[in-house]
Amino acid sequence: MKIRVTVNGTVHDSDVEPRTLLVHYIREVVGLTGTNVGCDTSSCGACSVHVNGEAVKSCTMLAVQADGCEITTIEGLAQGGEMHPMQKAFMENHGLQCGYCTPGMVMAATSLLKENPSPTEEEVRIGLEGNLCRCTGYHNIVKSVLACAAGD
Amino acid sequence: MTDLQERPAGVLGSRLLRREDPALLTGEAKYTNDLNVPGALHLAMVRSPYAHARITSVDLSAALAVPGVVAAYSGADLAGLWAGPMPCAWPVTEDMKNPPHYPVATGTACYVGDGVACVLATSATAARDAAELVDVQYEPMEAVVDLEDALSDRVVIHTDLGTNKSYQWDLKIEGEPGQVDAAFAAAAYTVKERYVQQRLIPVAMEPRAVCAVPQPFGGDMTLYSATQVPHILKVMTALTLGIPEHQMRVVAPSVGGGFGSKLNVYAEELLCVALARKHGAPVRWNETRSENHLATIQGRGQIQHIELAADADGKLTAVRVRLLADMGAYLQLVTPGIPLLGAFLYAGVYDLPLAYDFSCTSVFTTLTPTDAYRGAGRPEATYAIERAMDALADTMGIDPMELRRRNFIRKEQFPYTAMTGLVYDSGDHDAAATKAAELADYDGVRARQAAQNVPGAKKVIGIGQASYFEMCGLAPSRVLASLNYSAGGWEAATVRVLPTNKIQVVTGTAPHGQGHETAWSMIVAEKMGVAPEDVDVLHSDTAIAPLGLDTYGSRSLPVGGVAIAMACDKVIDKAKKIAAHQLEADEADLEFAGGTFSVKGTPDRALPLAAIAFEAFTAHNLPDGMEPNLEAHTTYDPPNFSWPFGTHICTVEVDTETGQVDVLQYVAVDDCGVQVNPLIVEGQVHGGVIQGLAQALFEEAVYDDDGNLKSGTLAEYLVPAASDVPSLTLGHTVTPSPTNQLGVKGIGEAGTIGAAPAVINAVVDALSHLGVRDMPMPASPQNVWAAINAATQGASK
Repeated sequence: MKIRVTVNGTVHDSDVEPRTLLVHYIREVVGLTGTNVGCDTSSCGACSVHVNGEAVKSCTMLAVQADGCEITTIEGLAQGGEMHPMQKAFMENHGLQCGYCTPGMVMAATSLLKENPSPTEEEVRIGLEGNLCRCTGYHNIVKSVLACAAGD
Repeated sequence: MTDLQERPAGVLGSRLLRREDPALLTGEAKYTNDLNVPGALHLAMVRSPYAHARITSVDLSAALAVPGVVAAYSGADLAGLWAGPMPCAWPVTEDMKNPPHYPVATGTACYVGDGVACVLATSATAARDAAELVDVQYEPMEAVVDLEDALSDRVVIHTDLGTNKSYQWDLKIEGEPGQVDAAFAAAAYTVKERYVQQRLIPVAMEPRAVCAVPQPFGGDMTLYSATQVPHILKVMTALTLGIPEHQMRVVAPSVGGGFGSKLNVYAEELLCVALARKHGAPVRWNETRSENHLATIQGRGQIQHIELAADADGKLTAVRVRLLADMGAYLQLVTPGIPLLGAFLYAGVYDLPLAYDFSCTSVFTTLTPTDAYRGAGRPEATYAIERAMDALADTMGIDPMELRRRNFIRKEQFPYTAMTGLVYDSGDHDAAATKAAELADYDGVRARQAAQNVPGAKKVIGIGQASYFEMCGLAPSRVLASLNYSAGGWEAATVRVLPTNKIQVVTGTAPHGQGHETAWSMIVAEKMGVAPEDVDVLHSDTAIAPLGLDTYGSRSLPVGGVAIAMACDKVIDKAKKIAAHQLEADEADLEFAGGTFSVKGTPDRALPLAAIAFEAFTAHNLPDGMEPNLEAHTTYDPPNFSWPFGTHICTVEVDTETGQVDVLQYVAVDDCGVQVNPLIVEGQVHGGVIQGLAQALFEEAVYDDDGNLKSGTLAEYLVPAASDVPSLTLGHTVTPSPTNQLGVKGIGEAGTIGAAPAVINAVVDALSHLGVRDMPMPASPQNVWAAINAATQGASK
């Protein structure tokens, strides 16, 4: 099926199999591999991207459902060679180790702050419960998000 | 020994942000699955749906008819590709039983997930579609899922072995014959406990991924793999496939966590290489998460019997341990050695006389093979002794903290020769426990508990402690030899000063989230007097770093990091000779500080390293006979393990009606010696603690009686999310290791080791007034509720 999807500001006209998941479209057709696949049950959130500004696990959507949508992936977050404040906050607070969950975590966290710019620690923890990390124990991820919210 | 520690405000010990992060944060980093390899064929596995079944036929015809499919193979079709079976590098006893294990099974499938056929296709989807069409006929046999049942040999899994028992390994240490029995006979107090270490699924967030790229006419082979052990994998792939080792190159690109699960040589790695050779094309495979739960090793899996004998004061007089360990269906790379890594630690951090009796019996089951999972044998051992210490304190009617203090190896006893003969390098358990108790407000919680845990209380609180030693820095090669391990424990490093005074470090460690690039650059910066950003760290490619023994067992800093420091010393020695020559001074009169050599007492007669580096490069004016360039290599075989230690204290609130456990506070005081980068140390502790806490409260690989994995996806296996776990309170003490020049010990596994016993001790403590004396892991609401119910019903009878 023919679809038109805007990814990080660039329009892509593609012909995809109806069963292609959005995450596979992003990785294999568009060629952006920053979005990772961590599971096959939509449990881990590693593949989170923004669809029309909202965080979505890109394994829960078919590519054809994204026809006409604006997608932002982790590659689209930094602007003009400058990391996004959330990316900086993760770096400054050691909010990542192996980095595999990180793109999804950062995309979920930026979406969280859009909805709730000054969350409590508990709100951050609940807001990120769809994204699994095995390295950090979440301590520094939560700290990173709170720091970003506070503008630190 | 401690000159680096005492140096003020240096690079070492600073919270330098990680250089790895920008690439990982922006999507620029490439994991194996991200590599763009034109023309690659995709491998898909057909896996047994039965835990134990005879394979009677494999029909590949429907799979071969799928468009895009290039080939399909049964196990028998591939038999000619292997020079030998899959490797087990740790034959722990001479009579250890080790069934032949091939990448694709031929006669019998021995666990759900065992590979029975495979398909190669031009796309991953075609390969998977076709794999579903492979028609395998099975004759199911009885599964063996229970360890005690396995030991009975009621059903023998590998019939050629004639038994399910793989080995028995004994360690009995007595000052005089019969001392253990005598100690138990004479003891004022004894406890006899049975604990179950449930199987755990490691769940590194990046599933395994493999890509083998051949050069069909040159004969060279490059294997990209999401592995912790590129060097071990290179040797083992060469041996198993009969490839000359110098033609085999292994690269671990960015690797998304390991926790021991990528410390292995897996069927799919061997298959990709073998099929890439056969087809003269790249072959790649990406594991799905569901496959990961079935076909990547699992951790723990032990039944532990531990007995303590103590005198009237509670001083331990003997420890007896009987382990029954689950190997799973086959022995993977280091499967049999894992329970034995704990063999030396069942006396914990306590001053035990020569009265120690340990025996481990290991059995095969029809389940996924077990192997190293974060801590590997040491969390299990620490759990048993720390739970048993609480049981002993309960028996004696004294506070468990007090019992521990009576038994700690005291600071002045270090270096301490343990009853096992191992020498504990340095420690101060009392200081760590005191600091943890302060941070946890131990006395305050006890007071609150006395007020809150009254008969009929719905919510009750408990506080639990675990004090631990982590035997890490694996390992002195001769000690490994005495344990029958097939390799050494050294680590290699090269330090190379480039003409413009930028420094390249080549390390044999293979990081997968630990931040070695940052940490190693700090060590070099400190030693050489350059900025960390002027140091490049090369690793994880056997063509660039040909020598190394990789990353596991908290070994990278105390072995690999120390090797780098030693290589720096060699470079400085050479540079000093050049400086002396150039300055026309005696070497003995030179000192090196801040990257500059100067004549003592005459600071204006000085030469910076930058100038020497360029001189070494031009070689225009070097001392007679000196080789050009500034480069040194070191291979460091550590003289001892390192012994990080600490005390963790957990406070919980338990809902007696629902069984829900809430962690109110978690305090970890860890001592890993000198900290190179506290930011990274804290991160390691955070992650380790939550993994240990997850074993205590959430995780279990659940099998049914037929050997089906009931927790086969992340929808059923409870890896905790941020909302499931608490923030952590960390403290530390610093007791440098005297066995290496950096004073470092390692920190990768400490959190996992301390957490499970601290949490379960807290849960049992919360419920002790109801008569609960033990709690199975995970302490899920159901298990907690059942334990309360059993105790209170028992009391009412």
